[in-house]
Amino acid sequence: MARPLTPFLWTLFSVGGTVAALLYPVHLFLTGLAFPAGWLPAPGYATLHDLVAHPLARLYLFVLVSLPLFHWAHRFRYTLYDGLQLKHLTALIAVLCYGTAFIGSAMAGYTLWTLR
Amino acid sequence: MSAGAHYTPYHPKWYRRRVSVWWWLESRSYTGFVLRELSSVAVAFFAVVLVALLRALARGPEAYARFQALLASPLVLALSAVAFLFVVFHAVTWFNLAPTAMVVRLRGKRVPDAVIVGSNYLAWALLSAAVAFILLKG
Amino acid sequence: MPQTVALSVARYRPEEEAEPVFQDYEVPFRKDWVVLDALNYIKDRLDGSLSFRWSCRMGVCGSCGMMVNGQPKLTCAAFLSDQGQGPIRVEPLRFFPVIRDLVVDITDFMRKLKKVKPWIVRERDKPLAEGEHLQTPDQLDAFKQFSMCINCMLCYSACPIYGLEPGFIGPAAIALAQRYNMDSRDQGARERLEILSEHDGIWQCTFVGECTKACPKHVDPAGAIQQYKLTSAAHWFKTLLPLGSR
Repeated sequence: MARPLTPFLWTLFSVGGTVAALLYPVHLFLTGLAFPAGWLPAPGYATLHDLVAHPLARLYLFVLVSLPLFHWAHRFRYTLYDGLQLKHLTALIAVLCYGTAFIGSAMAGYTLWTLR
Repeated sequence: MSAGAHYTPYHPKWYRRRVSVWWWLESRSYTGFVLRELSSVAVAFFAVVLVALLRALARGPEAYARFQALLASPLVLALSAVAFLFVVFHAVTWFNLAPTAMVVRLRGKRVPDAVIVGSNYLAWALLSAAVAFILLKG
Repeated sequence: MPQTVALSVARYRPEEEAEPVFQDYEVPFRKDWVVLDALNYIKDRLDGSLSFRWSCRMGVCGSCGMMVNGQPKLTCAAFLSDQGQGPIRVEPLRFFPVIRDLVVDITDFMRKLKKVKPWIVRERDKPLAEGEHLQTPDQLDAFKQFSMCINCMLCYSACPIYGLEPGFIGPAAIALAQRYNMDSRDQGARERLEILSEHDGIWQCTFVGECTKACPKHVDPAGAIQQYKLTSAAHWFKTLLPLGSR
């Protein structure tokens, strides 16, 4: 009998939601608004590169990308299922959502692993 | 209710109203709920921005500069602003709901909700300050 | 203060119509009257054919739940003066099949309630000679809130998931399961875990939170459900360990 994955996926959703809640506001504010708009001095390429290259930073960034992606996947899947009543597409929706999260995480992981 | 009672789930004379696909517009609470759930799209948006940022960083200074220019373009800035509002909305609703999901008992007594919520906001403030410090000190 | 207020009541007579219709009544507007008083006035003086359930008229039996101006309420606790300008819309409890007028079929809820085994489950009953089960105030406090449920089903009418997924076991059933899971005398947590972890169990819930808002007894079913998700997830991880509990 297949063990249902729902408790595991819900845990990813929960932890991802907590990571996003605690860290995304400040990161989005700096990276998406303050630095591009020039409100605050953005770190230079060399500084940022050295910061990111540190092994702990790589791990931090991987978690920062992948867990919130799975948070979105789980939440969006249920929103489509309930909100738009797309019951007949439930398997497709699940594959698209978790698949996208997986691909995004894999891309981040690959980039962080191979960064030199 | 006797053990042998048999209730037919389908009864032709009982009236069943179909739930409209627009059910979430029928009350402010429901709409607020769906907006809260859709805040996850803003979360995904920023995750994608982060992936793109890392890839640009890995490719070298020119790619990184081009990506910075893209982030500074009016359309992306506008999207980021909207996403920022939704991400904050996510954080606030998340922390406010924390005590419902997490019941902490100390010495048999339940820790008050306000303490749980307050601790979450405190952690949020401290972590945000730490990240800002690291990224701004140059 | 106006002398009367209008009530717009949903009528459904299956032998006469295919869909519910609204019928308007003018009832006295007394500041101490609740919607149930208005309905009883209608039945006694205006229209004896109106069908509805009620019993204790004091908010403990759970019989008189109906939609009042689109919100699930106990009609014995909904004051006429709190319902805003007339006409006050009274409809049967949402998401349940309507048998007649304001009477709904509650078999689905009864079936789901029974499924979660809402009683003390013991491996072996404590022999009389050993005396009573003893419980400290803190142990009582752990489940007392969930024991306040009067099975009024307002939470089911508030829950959009129950409307969309009729198989969903629902807020009250889960809250009552938790009432027993958290009771120090109970040993049935494992049995209930199987039932609640099914597809139509707790995992259908997306924490809309309307159930807690609708509950007249402050049971906080949403809290019970989220807490149980944590329990179930923790258990899932424990079963991954080679010597973990099953």
